[in-house]
Amino acid sequence: MMTSQPLTLYEKIWNAHVVERGEDGTCLIYIDRHLVHEVTSPQAFESLRANGRRVRRPDLTLAVPDHNLPTTARTDGAGNRLPIADPESAQQLATLERNVAEFGIDYFGATSPEQGIVHVVGPEQGFTLPGSTLVCGDSHTSAHGALGALAFGIGTSEVEHVLATQTLMLKQSKTMEIRVDGTLGYGVSAKDVVLAIIGKTGAAGGTGYVVEYTGEVIRSLSVEGRLTVSNMSIEGGARAGLIAPDETTFAYLKGRPMAPKGAQWEQALAWWRTLPTDAGACHDKVVTLQGSDISPSLTWGTSPEDVVPITGTVPNPESFADPAKRVAAQRSLEYMGLTPGMRMQDIAVENIFIGSCTNSRIEDLRAAAAVVNGRRVADGVRQALIVPGSGLVKRQAEAEGLDRIFTQAGFEWREPGCSMCLAMNPDKVPPGERCASTSNRNFVGRQGPGARTHLVSPAMAAAAAVTGRLTDVRDLMGAR
Amino acid sequence: MDPVKKVEGKAYPWGAKNIDTDIIIPAHWLKTISREGLGKGAFESIRAQPGNIFDDPDYAGSPILIAGDNFGCGSSREHAAWALADMGIKAVIAPSYSDIFSGNAFKNGIVAVVLPQDAIDRLIEVAKTDEVTVDLETMTITTPFQDRFAFDMDPFRRNCLMQGLDEVGLTLARDTAISKYESAVDLDRPWLKREGGNEGVVVA
Ligand code: SF4
Repeated sequence: MMTSQPLTLYEKIWNAHVVERGEDGTCLIYIDRHLVHEVTSPQAFESLRANGRRVRRPDLTLAVPDHNLPTTARTDGAGNRLPIADPESAQQLATLERNVAEFGIDYFGATSPEQGIVHVVGPEQGFTLPGSTLVCGDSHTSAHGALGALAFGIGTSEVEHVLATQTLMLKQSKTMEIRVDGTLGYGVSAKDVVLAIIGKTGAAGGTGYVVEYTGEVIRSLSVEGRLTVSNMSIEGGARAGLIAPDETTFAYLKGRPMAPKGAQWEQALAWWRTLPTDAGACHDKVVTLQGSDISPSLTWGTSPEDVVPITGTVPNPESFADPAKRVAAQRSLEYMGLTPGMRMQDIAVENIFIGSCTNSRIEDLRAAAAVVNGRRVADGVRQALIVPGSGLVKRQAEAEGLDRIFTQAGFEWREPGCSMCLAMNPDKVPPGERCASTSNRNFVGRQGPGARTHLVSPAMAAAAAVTGRLTDVRDLMGAR
Repeated sequence: MDPVKKVEGKAYPWGAKNIDTDIIIPAHWLKTISREGLGKGAFESIRAQPGNIFDDPDYAGSPILIAGDNFGCGSSREHAAWALADMGIKAVIAPSYSDIFSGNAFKNGIVAVVLPQDAIDRLIEVAKTDEVTVDLETMTITTPFQDRFAFDMDPFRRNCLMQGLDEVGLTLARDTAISKYESAVDLDRPWLKREGGNEGVVVA
């Protein structure tokens, strides 16, 4: 793709996927990869059926259940599948199974070793590829941008549109570069980076933009860390968050089951190397952060922009310049049961959730295990869940003995799924209780009616588990 | 989809900012396999509060919702649009929306109008007592008090709304262009085609 005009990564991917360009700038964009799950697809398949339409490219579509599936054992001792107690969840799963069979779509079912959260499974299988367009009926599809895929969440009507036509009608977005320079301090993780970004740009700061994350800090992250950052692009308002593919990306992808092989791998690699943003290409907006300014961080309120360093205090709503934000902060504090000026580290938690498409990959579990090792879940903690992002992550962790570190400490070791990230399966935070959670949304009621969520990194969640309160993980690291 | 040209009637004078999709329709309502009946779960946590705007007899059943910045942020769930439609909302007026929500709203025949904050403030005042009219023909919002706010809308979306067009059907008619693109990609980027994928099954 040789052009004289310097282009951004986003523009290059966009240009390679235009099927037709309309006069008003709306383009028919080809979709290379489509992930399907049980919650946002039933009505789409139903419409196809009602209109006698077929799935255009079943080979570019992959289905896996995750949102609704309970994370307790799925088979009995003899390997027989156990029923799902909730009739509506059971029906949704049965509907997906019927749809994938009828329309001929590849499927990792509830008891398949590859089953997991769509956004963990896609990269892990090599289904997600640099320079591709990837969609899923789920807003955290932004995660796949970590591999240099233009990936974004869509609604159910669009799921239907992609199933039937393998395309979407889209307008090109503006782009925003978010550059994180320098290096990260001791005990600071990818989650802290993305929390710091959203704290700076705000929950709507990225609306209308596709973000490209750049800078030394992003470059030095593993693909797993990059997935954590891109995952939360949507929490900053951006539908997609890209990271240019590089040697780290290629090394991660090589040999994955669905990644190209042999001569095609070489051919793909040659094209992928042309994708990074050209020198001199322009973004519509640029935001910069210094890695050294980022501390282990967490949220205090009910918007992901409500971020403070763990060494900080609950802010006073009066301290916000925007009157609407003052009102929102006041309401957040009431919901969260917090008072201004409280030290974050004095806040006790009753629930710990380590999982979700943000932080349930093997590195996340390793980081948590490193903190938990040799310690015990504190007495005041009533529920402490570790939910691996996929069956493959779970098996890898078991091979490394991480499951024993967790279970000996008093954690529950679960089957893969979305779990306590959203309250639609049996894993919930009870009303009025507090949770240190590695997920991505601290919205009112997200983890259950009345649940109070503090978003943290896996290491910080582990630290909160063993002390029973929000804790600076740096105080536990190496100190034993 | 039924064509929409005009929405007129009472409006919820709400104006709340950053209303996320978990507030519009909580996750436990997402277990349905149908588009119908979600109005019962719409704004559940807000309706649990006494004196809330949605159960206020002055506004209940209004076809228009006036909201604040960043309406519909959060998840991609189209259930949010289905829930609004099921509770009888045909138009939303706000200073901004999440990108995914506004797309979902349009696809379900809900007119999502963007107006600046001062216009929103004025409409909230009016809606406390009087009706509001959203007109797609003239691209304006008017009130009985000579207020007239012009708005912009993507021409394609406007056309789909006013004619009640099915986007999937429109795109299927462009099959030749899609097939041509696919053949070109098979040559240029052959690795994108997945081996071992299944053949599509035609369903009657
Ligand atoms: S883990 Fe949470 S955020 Fe991720 S896909 Fe599941 S429900 Fe959505």
